Amino acid sequence: MDAVKRYFRSPAAVIGLILLLLVIAMAVSAGFLYPRDPLALAGRPLVWPFSNPRFLLGTDNSGRDIAAQIFYGARISLLIGGVATMIAILIGILVGAFAGYYGGWVDNVLMRITEAFQTLPNFVLLLVLVAVFGSTLTTVTIAVGVVSWPAPARLTRAEFLSLRNREFVQAGKTLGMKDVQLILGEILPNALPPVIVYASVVMAVAILLESALAFLRLSDPNVASWGNLIGLGRDVLRVQWYVSAIPGIAILVTVLAVSLVGQGLNDALNPRLKSR
Amino acid sequence: MSETVLSLDGLTVRLPKGADRPHALSDVSLSVASNEILCVVGESGSGKSMMANAIMRLLPNEVTIERGRMMFDGRDLCAADPAAMREVRGAGIAMIFQEPMTALNPLRTIGDQIGEMFAIHTKLSKAEINARVQGLLEDVRIPDPKAAAKAYPHELSGGQRQRAMIAMALALDPKLLIADEPTTALDVTTQAQILKLIRDLQQRKKTAVLFITHDFGVVAEIADRVVVMQHGAIVEQGTADAVLNDPQHAYTKQLIAAVPPLTAPPPRILSGKDILTIDGVSKTYRTGGFLGRGARITEAVKNVSLRLPRGATLGIVGESGSGKSTLARCIVRLIDPDTGSIVLNGKDWAKLNRDEIRHETRHIQMVFQDPFASLNPRRKAAELVAQGPIVHGTDRATAMAEARKLFELVGLDPSAGDRYPHEFSGGQRQRIGLARALALKPDVLVADEPVSALDVSVQAQVLKLLAGLRQQLGLSIIFITHDLRVAAQICDLVAVMKDGAVVEQGLTAEVFGKPQHPYTQALLSAIPGGDFTRKRDALIA
Amino acid sequence: MRILSLAGRRLAASIPTLFLILIGVFLLLQLAPGDTVDALMAQMGGGDAATAQELRKFYGLDLSVPAQLGNYLWHLVRLDLGFSSIYGKPVATVILERLPPTILLMTASLSFAFFFGLVFGVIASRGVNRWPDTLISTLGLIFYATPSFWFGLMAIVVFSVYLQWLPPGGFEDIGNVQTGIWHVLDIAAHLVLPTLTLGLIFLAIYLRIMRASMLEVLNLDFVRTARAKGLDETHVITRHVLRNALLPMVTLIGLQAGTMLGGSVVVESVFSLPGLGRLAYESVVQRDLNTLLGIVFVSALLVIIVNFVVDLLYARLDPRIATEG
Repeated sequence: MDAVKRYFRSPAAVIGLILLLLVIAMAVSAGFLYPRDPLALAGRPLVWPFSNPRFLLGTDNSGRDIAAQIFYGARISLLIGGVATMIAILIGILVGAFAGYYGGWVDNVLMRITEAFQTLPNFVLLLVLVAVFGSTLTTVTIAVGVVSWPAPARLTRAEFLSLRNREFVQAGKTLGMKDVQLILGEILPNALPPVIVYASVVMAVAILLESALAFLRLSDPNVASWGNLIGLGRDVLRVQWYVSAIPGIAILVTVLAVSLVGQGLNDALNPRLKSR
Repeated sequence: MSETVLSLDGLTVRLPKGADRPHALSDVSLSVASNEILCVVGESGSGKSMMANAIMRLLPNEVTIERGRMMFDGRDLCAADPAAMREVRGAGIAMIFQEPMTALNPLRTIGDQIGEMFAIHTKLSKAEINARVQGLLEDVRIPDPKAAAKAYPHELSGGQRQRAMIAMALALDPKLLIADEPTTALDVTTQAQILKLIRDLQQRKKTAVLFITHDFGVVAEIADRVVVMQHGAIVEQGTADAVLNDPQHAYTKQLIAAVPPLTAPPPRILSGKDILTIDGVSKTYRTGGFLGRGARITEAVKNVSLRLPRGATLGIVGESGSGKSTLARCIVRLIDPDTGSIVLNGKDWAKLNRDEIRHETRHIQMVFQDPFASLNPRRKAAELVAQGPIVHGTDRATAMAEARKLFELVGLDPSAGDRYPHEFSGGQRQRIGLARALALKPDVLVADEPVSALDVSVQAQVLKLLAGLRQQLGLSIIFITHDLRVAAQICDLVAVMKDGAVVEQGLTAEVFGKPQHPYTQALLSAIPGGDFTRKRDALIA
Repeated sequence: MRILSLAGRRLAASIPTLFLILIGVFLLLQLAPGDTVDALMAQMGGGDAATAQELRKFYGLDLSVPAQLGNYLWHLVRLDLGFSSIYGKPVATVILERLPPTILLMTASLSFAFFFGLVFGVIASRGVNRWPDTLISTLGLIFYATPSFWFGLMAIVVFSVYLQWLPPGGFEDIGNVQTGIWHVLDIAAHLVLPTLTLGLIFLAIYLRIMRASMLEVLNLDFVRTARAKGLDETHVITRHVLRNALLPMVTLIGLQAGTMLGGSVVVESVFSLPGLGRLAYESVVQRDLNTLLGIVFVSALLVIIVNFVVDLLYARLDPRIATEG
């Protein structure tokens, strides 16, 4: 409960939470506010924002409502960001926990693999995965998750390494606990908070990765994604720059919100660092 | 002739809101004269370190001096501006700290860091500075001063680092030296050498020394005058002789009484049957090295043989790196010994496999050193104690009920079981750790430095509890400690370890009364305030 | 010498990693729909099955997967990355042509991000929780959240379309070939926006790490020692804090070399720079799998080299490393 109180004492964290709730509200309300397909033709192409009350944010090069695409885009960004983060954190915790707890050759093998993933630029790997498995929503989400797990794995491993020699874990061992009991009951609950906080970083990066992929037209073209729209707007950048500008701001706000919430959580869960 | 160097007058330091008390120091008045050592004694939280920082005007940002004067060299340091303060620091008042490893910059050489003193406060040339640094390093009797000047902090031992710190502090012949627990992090033999060094240099240079410590043994060893502090206020001050031999204030009396006596209590009758026999146990570590090249081999435990009679307490004493903790962990099989046998209740504990150990571990339990690290912060106290029985098949309700009974046994309020570890004090946590070990009704208890993280008065209580439980439950105990006084108080037998091997063992009274091995003799004579305690022990007896 | 052998050992240890990556990606690419021959045929506007069969035999694609892998690795040992049917040149040649802009871009971005991250980090930590810190930290958060390609597009709109200060893309002015110093300046002008675009997110990361690291080091005991010596605050920072605080920053360069290389894919596409990143993008779109695999190899190699340099640098900064080995 202290942590909740500490969280709400930080203005930045509160702003982050409000922004995040706003983005979530957009994603939820997209269906009510814009019941039509956001990728369907809506009106004249390239209507400037605020010039036609029917299209508050204007229309893109092929006459689709930008506002509708922004609302539906929130769904895609949150969906891909959220699911990819879960995949990355799950793999990361599994790999990190085994490597950190058992050490020795298990650690050696797992860390070699992690190192390989970190040595290969993650965006290049993402390109390879998309080239191989195609650009559907599912494959892109999984691909983003798969390129993002090494950092959480290293973090979990570091936590496990430092915790497994802590006296309370040794005490558990002398009480006769099994490895599973030690890992799940003693170490993991103490290792988890920093990893959960780090999830916000993973999610921010995941959203950025997907939007970059969409911008290069390598993500799913059949969904309304912010990155797609920016890529589309590039063709009319010199005059109708707003087509690219608006979705960019949406991405910025979302990633900022996720980062602020993550930082707020970190300060709330590790109060010692807060006073600095 | 001695003149007053520093006098504090009604010094009051305010803590920020939300601290456990409004003032770190309230109305502190004292003075230090040249050529004297004033010891400031107190337990943790007494405000003694805060005083040192206040004098240097190096208090944390939120902590402020509320009122009072600090007269040094004819001016009030409370009113000095930052530039004037910088001139005083280092040149007028120098300071040495508890942890010489962290108090030195890890990325710069020792010589460079000592030389910086001259660079800040004098206009000496580089060559002159180097010569002075050499001289200082010789003064503090560091082995191979030339090499030491070029070394980085991590390349020196703890004692050598503290010598370098002293050299740095005394570089400009300051009028006042503030020593903040300078020997607490050191082994007892190193501590004795450093204390002697400080005393020698102080007498030679006629420096005034403000020596902060929690250890009355150190006070007896080094102090001319003593100030006793509690909760940020001075409760008693006077000459060392007066305070040590005729304390007036109840708190001072309590602190002095809590210093364990050096002479062992009359021996108890020991059982003829051994419950645990350790025979030829060794453990070697290989670190570093790539494909077998450059590997370093550390023999942590070398061919150790010990026996523990039923119901007795065997002390294993030694300095850091002697292998005593590794041995303790071998005995409970947290570490697998390379060779040797550990026979408990007729079973060779060293040959059991993982599953068997998990089952047999109920017979031998361990109490750990650090009361903050040894309890899982995310479990409630009662749950921590009940964990062991639950693992071994007791149902949860029974185990929790028994946990509450154990709380009573170790002197805790049974209703405290619903609280989390961070809500307890250090001494209380150690009691929880003890209850957890006792929950499995072990025959043997291995206690690894169980009281060394505690304040002296709390230490005495926990030791008393342990002695009582030993009697009540018929426990046999292996007691690991670096503190010979503690060992003398509770152990029937002691084994002295050095570099992984046992150099001497026997009845406590015999080993401590007539030490045979030179190392045991050195250890005993290095105990700070040994003369004082022996005299006191003689009086009591 | 000791440091060099230490870093050399780390370098040797990354060879298995390199092979792990290559084998993994090679096998992965076997799952890809269509191969080089399909891509080639598509480019030629179709062809009959017999020609395809012929071509597959020519490229060794009719062999079993392990045999192909063995072939590839054997060629690789002799620094032969195979042949790009799309570009009609050996992959190694194609990559080498595209390498200079990328290396230039990375070096510039890294220097930009490192230098300003350091400066802003120090300034923020000195005024912690006051307005300079709040401003810098807020800007850092916003930079971190800005998608680089979007920032690049907006920069083009502002600086190239409206203000017309800087060229909107390309590596050099093709219509008007310059020589000597003018050539250098021309390339520099073309690289300003890409450098800012790629460096922005790293600037945000570096300044945050530098700030945190400064605050942590400022709390260490030896800083108190330095103050107790009578050093003034400026010298406490320059002589004792800075070098210690730099250590995590240096580590970060190594850890993020890969991310930066990945970022250049997007940035080079935005500014149509003929670099490695753009080549990676093109080879995915054109299904030039041989080139893609070559890029994987070269970019992993680049990351390993950066890490080697970082190891050397770190060991120079921290004397504790040399004794640990």
